[in-house]
Parts: sequence; C-alpha cells; structure tokens
Amino acid sequence: MSAPVTVELNVNGATRTADVEPRTTLLDCLRDEMKLTGAHAGCEHGVCGACTILLDGEPARACLMFAVQADGYRITTVEGLAPAPGELGIVQDAFCETHGMQCGYCTPAMVLTAHALLARNASPTREEIVEAISGNICRCTGYGQIIEAIEVAARRLAVSNAGVEGAP
Amino acid sequence: MSAPGEFRFVSRDRRVREDRRFVAGRGRYVADIERPGMLHVALVHSPHPAARILSIESQAALALPGVRLVLTGEQLAAAVEPLMNGLDTPHVQRYPMAVGQARYAGEWVAAVVADTRAIAEDAAELVEVAYEPLPFVIDAEEAYTPQSTPVHEKHGSNVLLDRTFVWGEVEEHFAQSDHKLALRVTWGRNSTVPIETFGVVASWDPWSDTLDVWASIQMPKYADQIARALRLPGNGVRVHYDVDVGGSYGVKRGIKHTVLVGHLSRLLNRPVRLIEDRLENMRSGDAHGPDRIFDVEVAFNSDGVVNSMKMRALDNAGAYAGRAPFQLGKPIGAIVGPYRIKSVRYQAVSVTSNKAAQEAVRGFGQAPTNYAIESMMDRVAAHVGIDRLEVRRRNFIGADEFPYLIPSGTRYDSGDYHTVMDKVLAHVEWPALLAERDRLRATGMLAGIGVAACLEPSGGNSSFEPLLNEKNNTTTWMESVRINVDALGTVSVMIHTTSSGQGHETLASTVVGEALGLDPDKIRVVRPDSLASLPGNSPVGSRMAIMMGGAAHLAAGKLIDKCKAIAAHQFGCADEAVDYASGSVIERATGRTLAWADLVGVAHRNHHLLPDGMQPGLEATHIYQVPNASELPVDGRIQMYPCHSFEFHMTLVAIDPILGKVEFRRYVIGHDCGVVINPHIVKGMTLGGIAHGIGAALMEEFVYGEDGQMMSQTFMDYLLPSSHEMPHVEIVHHCTPSPLTVLGQKGSGESGYLGAPAAVSGAINDAVAPLGLRFEKLPIRLTKISDAVAAASPKQDRTL
Repeated sequence: MSAPVTVELNVNGATRTADVEPRTTLLDCLRDEMKLTGAHAGCEHGVCGACTILLDGEPARACLMFAVQADGYRITTVEGLAPAPGELGIVQDAFCETHGMQCGYCTPAMVLTAHALLARNASPTREEIVEAISGNICRCTGYGQIIEAIEVAARRLAVSNAGVEGAP
Repeated sequence: MSAPGEFRFVSRDRRVREDRRFVAGRGRYVADIERPGMLHVALVHSPHPAARILSIESQAALALPGVRLVLTGEQLAAAVEPLMNGLDTPHVQRYPMAVGQARYAGEWVAAVVADTRAIAEDAAELVEVAYEPLPFVIDAEEAYTPQSTPVHEKHGSNVLLDRTFVWGEVEEHFAQSDHKLALRVTWGRNSTVPIETFGVVASWDPWSDTLDVWASIQMPKYADQIARALRLPGNGVRVHYDVDVGGSYGVKRGIKHTVLVGHLSRLLNRPVRLIEDRLENMRSGDAHGPDRIFDVEVAFNSDGVVNSMKMRALDNAGAYAGRAPFQLGKPIGAIVGPYRIKSVRYQAVSVTSNKAAQEAVRGFGQAPTNYAIESMMDRVAAHVGIDRLEVRRRNFIGADEFPYLIPSGTRYDSGDYHTVMDKVLAHVEWPALLAERDRLRATGMLAGIGVAACLEPSGGNSSFEPLLNEKNNTTTWMESVRINVDALGTVSVMIHTTSSGQGHETLASTVVGEALGLDPDKIRVVRPDSLASLPGNSPVGSRMAIMMGGAAHLAAGKLIDKCKAIAAHQFGCADEAVDYASGSVIERATGRTLAWADLVGVAHRNHHLLPDGMQPGLEATHIYQVPNASELPVDGRIQMYPCHSFEFHMTLVAIDPILGKVEFRRYVIGHDCGVVINPHIVKGMTLGGIAHGIGAALMEEFVYGEDGQMMSQTFMDYLLPSSHEMPHVEIVHHCTPSPLTVLGQKGSGESGYLGAPAAVSGAINDAVAPLGLRFEKLPIRLTKISDAVAAASPKQDRTL
C-alpha cells in the first residue's frame, strides 16, 4: 500500500478527479471512485473483455491498466452512450431488437466494442464483426444475436447518417 | 414453433424487457451494491491437496492498518451448522472453510476482513498456516478402490454413492440379442464459468435481528439454508431478489460464501462483502461440474434395434458431497434418451477425491449421459454397418406412442422425433452434406459429420432426492406468482426469484398479458424480497417457462374468474353466462359489457356492488406444483421431470490434419420445446447452450496435476469459446406441445448444451475414422487430435 495520488480523468466528456492508490486499476477507479458500474470485472487478467471501455475511441481493458495511466485519454464508458436518460442510442437499441444478450454482464463491453467497430467501419462483414468481438467473451448467447445486433446497428446507422447530418 | 395465430403475445416477435437496462449499463449486479460501512473479505487457501492444519498465525495480518478480523475455519465451525448434504452421509461434513484438515488445493482455510479488498488481500498473504501434508487421491477409479486414502477419514471410504438399478429384463434381453458391444467414454471436469464470478453482501442488523443478503445467486431454498446454517429463524434472513445475476447456468449456489459472510457480518455488526476473483471462482468456488467415466454395454439386433443397456457412471465428486451425487440421479429420468430401449441396468457411483467440490451444472448431469448414449448409438451403427441416422430412426420412440413410459419409471409427455430429424435432413439436404464432407476429404482435410438426438427433461422437480436418499421424502416442487391490479387498473406481477439471464420479467408479463388480454409492456414485474415472497424453487431444471409460466397463467385465471363474478353480479346472471376478453366481461346473451375500469372500480371502491362474501381488491395468487410428479419412488422407479424437449444436432466439421483444429462448416439443430413463449429468448438459450457444449467438447477442462494442483487457473488455461470458435448455427423449429402445461410449453434453458458435445465428438470421430482413430474422452483438444493423427499417419505424410 502506498500513499494515494490524485488522478484527473476525462470520462464521457467531463473531467473527473479521484484520490486512488497508484496500484488502483482503471476499472476499480471507474467503478468504486466514480460510481460508473457499467464496466464489469470478469477475469481481471485481460482475457474476457467484460471491463472494456473506449480509450480515445478504441476498446481497451480497464482491468489491465492503472487509473494513473489513463490520464490524458478520452475515456468512454457505457454510461456515456445513451443520448438522454431513458433513451437508447442506435447500437444499444439494436442489441435490444435482436436480444443480443441474456444476463447482461458482458453487454456494456460488447456495445462499446460494437461502437468502436462501427466508428471505423460503417458496413462491416460478418467476419469483421466476429473478429471485432472476439476479445469479448459472452457465456450466454453463443454470439449469434450479438452479431445480428451489430449488423442491424450498421444498417440503421447508415440510414440515420444518410438522412440527418450529425446523427450518431 | 406453434402457430403464432393462436396467441396475441406468446410466441410473437417481442422484445425482451430486461435488455434495456443491460445495454445502458444499468444492470444491478451484486458488485454494484454498496452498503454504508461495508467491509471486504479475502481468503487464505490451502496450497496442499490434503493436509492437517497445525496452526494458523494471524498476528501479522491483524497488525496491518485497516484489517478488522481474521477468522479460521475452526472458529467458524463452532458458530454454524454444517452445510447440507444431499445424501445420507453424516461423516462427510462440510463447513464453509476447512476444519482441522484441508481436502483440496485451494480450499479456504481462513478469512480476512478489512476496510478494502486490497488491504484484505495484502493481509491474507500475511496469515501463516502450518500444515502437515497428507496422502491424497485425485483419480476417480483409484478413489473407488477400498485401499485408497479416504478424503473423509470418518466416512471410512471414498464412496458416497454406489447404487445399482435394474429396470426390466436386462439379462434376458442381453441373452436374446444378436450383438453386444462395450465402450468407455469420459466426460472431463468442466463448468459453466459465468463471466460474473459469485459474490455476496450480507448485512446483520442487531436491532431487528435480521440478516439482509444480496447475492449473485441461483439456488432453491437459499434463504432457508442460510438461516439453518447460521441458526437463525427462517424469517431472520431477507434475501433481496432484485439483484441481476451475471450468468450462472446452474453453478451459482454460493452457500458456503454466504454462511461465511453472514457470520462475519454478525460478528462485526457491519455489512460484509465477498466477491470472488477469477482464480477464487475457478479453484476454490466449489463450482465444477460432473467429472465422469461411463462404461456402457449394449445389446442389439443385426437391424440396429437396441434392446438393452448396462451403464456404469463413475463420478468424481471432489472433496465434499454437496448435491453432486444427485447429478447421477437426474439423468435416470431420460436414461434411454429418445429411444425405445426395453431394459436398463444403471450403476451410479460417486466418489470423493481431493479435487474441488462440484456444483449443479446446466442439465444436472444430463449432458454427459447424453454424450454416452449418443456415442453408444454411433458405435451400434458402425457395428451393424447401418447408417447412423437409420439406426436412430429405427430406435426412436414413435410420435403415436406418447405418453411413453421408460423402464426407469418416467413418462415422456410428448414428442415427434422422426419428424424433427427428417426436417433437419431436409434442411441440410443430406446427400449434399455428405457430398461436401467427401469433397473436403478429397482436398486432404479430415472431415466428418456428427449427429446427436437427445432429450431435455424439463419442469424440474427433485425426484432424484428421495430416489437416492430414502430419508428424503420431498415430492413438492412449486413456483408461485401473484398478480395485483391496483385502484388505477394497472397490473403488477410478483415473481419470487433472482434471474441470471433467463428473462423472467418478460416471461411473466407475456403470459399474464396473454391470459388477461392486456398489453404485456404495461404490466410491471416486481421481485419482492424473500420475506415477502411466496414459495418457489428458483430457475433450475429448465423449469421456469413451465412453472413460472404455469403459475402466472393460473393466477391470471383466478383474476378472470373474479372479474366474471363481479360482472355477472352486476348483470344479474350466472357466472357461466359471461365471457372475459381483453379486460372486459361480456354477457353472452345480451352483449352487455363491463369494461376494465368498471371492474377495477367495483373491486376497489364499490363494496356495495360486490357479490356477497367477496373480498375487495383485485388480486390473485397461484402456488403451482410441478405437473405429473407427486409420488415417492417405488422399486427404484420414479417420475422424474414432467416435460421432455427434443433436439437433433447435425454438424459438419473440417480438421486440418496437421494443426488438429476443428472448423465448423455447418451446424444445424432441430429444436422442439413445445410452445415457445418468447422466440428471442429460446433462440439465445439454444445458441448459448451449443457454445457451452462446444467448449465442453473441444476446450474446457479443470485439469489436475499428479501433485493434486489445479492447473487450469486462468482464462489462458481454461479456454472459453469466443466468437471465432462459435459456428453460425441454423435452427430448424418444430413444436409438439406438452399436454401437461398451460400453454403447451416445455423447457429450453439447457438446450444446445445437452447435445452439442455428443454431436461434435461424433463429427470428429467420423473425420478420423478413416485413420482408424477414435476419441473417447472430452474435451478433444486440438493438440490431442494433431498428435493422434500424426502418430496414425504414415511417416512421409507428416513431413511438411
């Protein structure tokens, strides 16, 4: 144990500070200090992906980095995705449409991973979707309805982007 | 699937209501629960598979700032009752932590409580335990021998259960049969390994003598077991059911965790939390699945018709008994699979060893048994030289033979196995699939087709308990639903369990909405805590569509009856002269109608308009007993689960002969679970079950070394199927309604997992058969395949 340090993190567009031990993972900092509990601990050794957050838009394991290392990055958690309280974003809604989940534990990470994929590839093939989510283990679904959700989201985003400028 | 035309909401393409909170990160899992002043637990583990505990020195740990308590197994055992055993094995005692002796590597020896989890873990490393290592046994066959070292000395041997059942004229049928063959297949120890580990928060309130519990739990009689172990009255424990469980598939039974933290909270008068980390979960959480060797003898005719089967299942239960031996009992309810096998001898053997203890895993022993039966059918087909499909066809129970009584005493409710298989064959265009296999073979790949036909017994009861333990006379196995219509006319449905992804809120609202003719989206589903709950048995045994669905439907029926009585009283006619439809009651003869708002108004505000003696309000409760299973066993025969879903798997795999990697080229499942309540949920269960089965077939195993240490301790050693390993699965639907359930529904929570291991194993064995190879132990890892293929191939073939 060593003396706490203050971290200043850019989370979901806002600056948040916390006093944490240097050994505190980003995951524990987000969950315990900032009360952002959408990121989940699954294996805490970087395999299952349940703790996935976006770091400058790219999926990263919040369990594999210390909070102090996250300084200077744009962090996005699942709590930053909904456009308004009670209102789902397009990707979130697509997961509901196809029931791309069961217990919901890996879901925030899957949704974030899908966001990152669709941000860099607006019309991914099935193989590209499989590759993108292969670092996120889901024990419930066998992935079929998750893949369908991302396909649905891609189609809806394309329509949305064609119709309304600046849509998500 | 049933014709959706019969229903407005059931079987329809409707969203799963739980999903909204999960995609927003607003699930409420146990690790999200915070209580003021909450303390944290870390455990001290035995490094030895068997060792006497000589001393536990905790001063250094206690000296660390922030550490509140170190509790040893012995101290805990003095304050609590032993945990429940399923069998009558009083000398196989189990407490949450080791008492005097550790019995597996990783077993809890002491608990450390501190202000933070990190401090607790730091302190756990400072606890010094002196051990005297003892002899140990890991292998089940060795444990079964009389000379093996008993894991529990007082019990006298390692045998927890050794029971032989003979159902029918086995010896006669063997003598009369043209052919016999014997096989051995082995099911490796794996588990469901949910991504959320088990966790529990307990909070003792000394001012109300109440223990509040929030847990990631899926367990029948959880509150009762906590109360009994902690010597509290039953109403002294309040389990909060409004906790989302991050996957379970059977294993989240955390009773030892809960008794430990419940006691710690009582000692410290503070909320205490224990969340397993991944190593804790895999090595010490007592959540491994069956670990089983099957020796099968089968007697059959030259036409492939199977007459009789002798099966010995030897299961390695691990260090404590728990409910593990019952996982040998449940498959008795489908011991002949979908086949017309006339007689069976079944020897169920459960032994203790110095591995971690077992817990219930998806299917409760049925998946391993199905793997053995299907391996047997493939061998019979090969022996008589008849196609595997044809042999199955000849042995299937016919659609006109239901209800069908199997030799072990269970009646199968309904099914149409021939049609489901034929639909799958038509879907895959069987000749084309064979041609594709042969084309792959011609390219130098190993290629094979696997099939598996199997049953998913569903509805859940505990008939295996009285069958295997004569001191247990339980025949009741119920689920309850309460419906309340408030004075504004909105409907709330009370369910009495946690859920781990099964969509029970969707299930209950859909069924109640269907029955009442009201929009399910406007029905609220509420989970009272255990003190406010009606009796239930949690989502085990593929039972909730049948049992919660049944209770919901029957409660709605009572509500309708009350509405009709209110209206008939208004109309001055008999109750039988009115109909209920979509919230209104109509007098058949006159068309006079009392609308929902009026019915609610009379019930809540107009006592003067109520029929004499009728209670005010609009509420109904139904406590639903499992259909068709209320008898104790007679002569070793019993009705196990009431309903029987059927699934027919077919898969084509291609294997690179050098790498040994199994690639799925096609995966089709024909699935008949009766009337489907929510198609999205059933589809997900089926696909997820197949993924889990593929893991069991190819990757997942808790491996123990000769030194008694568990070697697969991380997700880099215990491999879970990712999206890369999972094929695109095509589902062929069929619906044979159950005559025993309210809507014709059957269970589907275990589907996929029950047949996938057999199908995948069959495909691999079809692929390597030309090399004279056969794999008879799961998992069939790629290294196993590549090594065996290399050894079997002529030398020049191996040079790259």
